[in-house]
Amino acid sequence: MTVTVNGRRLETSAATLEELLTELGYGERKVATAVNGDFVRATLRGDTRLASGDAIDVVAPMQGG
Amino acid sequence: MALTLYGETFRSRVLLGSALYPSPDILRRSIAAAGSEVVTVSLRREMAGGKESEVLLSIIREAAVRVLPNTAGCHSVKEAVTTAQMARELFDTPWIKLEVIGEEDTLAPDPFGLVEAARILTRDGFQVLPYMTEDLVVAEALLDAGCQVLMPWGAPIGSGRGLNNPYGLRTLRNHFPDVPLIVDAGIGRPSHAAEAMELGYDAILLNTAVAKAGDPVAMAGAFAKAVEAGRVAFEAQPMEPRDMASPSTPLAGLPFRLTERA
Repeated sequence: MTVTVNGRRLETSAATLEELLTELGYGERKVATAVNGDFVRATLRGDTRLASGDAIDVVAPMQGG
Repeated sequence: MALTLYGETFRSRVLLGSALYPSPDILRRSIAAAGSEVVTVSLRREMAGGKESEVLLSIIREAAVRVLPNTAGCHSVKEAVTTAQMARELFDTPWIKLEVIGEEDTLAPDPFGLVEAARILTRDGFQVLPYMTEDLVVAEALLDAGCQVLMPWGAPIGSGRGLNNPYGLRTLRNHFPDVPLIVDAGIGRPSHAAEAMELGYDAILLNTAVAKAGDPVAMAGAFAKAVEAGRVAFEAQPMEPRDMASPSTPLAGLPFRLTERA
């Protein structure tokens, strides 16, 4: 199915958010996630099923003012 | 007297942003030179394999500062709330510098979205530090929403114009004598920071004025001194200005004059 990750469309066979992050190579990286604009806490990624067309955001700490 | 924000006390009254520095090492040395105990950070999309966040986190760890994540760039309540929730998980802190931007040219806060987001986040256990204008009505609404600290702008973010509305800032200070008030944004020079501190503001939050200086580390030190000087001056109760001159040197005993008149 097709999902959008950080604004880019891509094909995935991942069923859950956790599987998607593993597939994309985030591994143990310290990131936070949202699906369709709603926060998904790290402990719920395995239970969060993805659907075609979902927009996923993966963010990390960055410099800010 | 130390600065108290949500029950935590700090000796330094300079809160420093972590963006726009020429290098990570200059950021690290600028934090040290400013003496800052609170440093703002943000969140951005990151593809797998990015290293930038690791460098920032190691600087923060090494400096042993309190992290204040922001919701910079958010234009809606939902964006700001989701960003705050992601920041709380990543940085393990209930603190959030809440920005809901309402206008692109000035980066002025959207007061309606700001108050709504502050209410949602406070209910969810956040400790909100809102980036706002100096508007008294908005200030009252934010306090009512649960904010215990207010952060009015001096001038638009990154403009370096100093205090655009000293009258408004003085009014806000006088109206809320017991609320910690931090001037956030628009500070360009140490004299601007000193002016805000002389008005009785509790602290200064700045970024660009240090990061974009020719020598950020030296400028960070200059801001530390200015903020300290302004605070001491406020506590020492500055004299009021007056319209006419008043000699500082005593006139009694002045030579060359007759001192007794008939």
